[in-house]
Amino acid sequence: MVYLTRKAEFAASHYYHNPEFTAEENRRIFGKCNNPNGHGHNYTLEVTVKGEVDTRSGFVVDLKQLKEVLNREVLDAMDHRFLNKEVPEFFTRIPTTENLAISIWQRLAPKLTTAHLHRVRVYETPDLFVDFYGEA
Amino acid sequence: MKAHLTRRYMFSASHRLHSNAMSEEENKATYGKCNNPYGHGHNYALEITVSGPVDESTGMVCNLTDLDSFVEHEILDRFHLQNLNTVPEFGQAVPTTENLSAFIYDILQRGFTHAHLEKVRIEETMMNSFEYAGGNEVRR
Repeated sequence: MVYLTRKAEFAASHYYHNPEFTAEENRRIFGKCNNPNGHGHNYTLEVTVKGEVDTRSGFVVDLKQLKEVLNREVLDAMDHRFLNKEVPEFFTRIPTTENLAISIWQRLAPKLTTAHLHRVRVYETPDLFVDFYGEA
Repeated sequence: MKAHLTRRYMFSASHRLHSNAMSEEENKATYGKCNNPYGHGHNYALEITVSGPVDESTGMVCNLTDLDSFVEHEILDRFHLQNLNTVPEFGQAVPTTENLSAFIYDILQRGFTHAHLEKVRIEETMMNSFEYAGGNEVRR
């Protein structure tokens, strides 16, 4: 089994707000992140796939295909977007780094046919990242 | 759904590697430059990984402000700009980064209740790092 990681970057804005909380609760729980005008990050995404090395190609996965899927399913949808307002799953789900990692997994997993998705890692800043392994 | 969250912190401290269980000569042979009686320092990078179900109402494994304030009060206040050989909690243990990793893991394991502790990772320099998951395998 070989693991392969592809890295990508995207820039996006977001804010944290739960309409079921009162204004005061939203401010207390989410702090500055509750500002409805949003704020932004340069996200770094690492997608790790695993698989056996194909004896003919020497590849675990065709990197060109992985890059295409990544561009189409994730970067086109999220790069230079206001996540709460432009990415459908975040109309209702709060775009935390945790939920971003889950959402990216859900976008990629059904589209990756040759390699098996192992881990999605999303860095919100160099000091904060979330790993999602597809666990329920 | 279960996610793993990692937060990175920095602290600077000095230490001297010296074991009372060894002769002067053994100490020199084992620790080399790190046995210098005056000590020396590092900028440590500490990474703490916690895990848990992502709360549907907040979208979080745990609130970062809880983790940050715990780490600041229980870990950084104790080690930042200190000589590790003089930190009372270290006792007679040699302040290697192996011991430091386990020590910080134990502080978190005992006191941080907002999420499950997965592991502690410490970079002593850009060239070496140590990971401790309380006896469990480190997940990749």
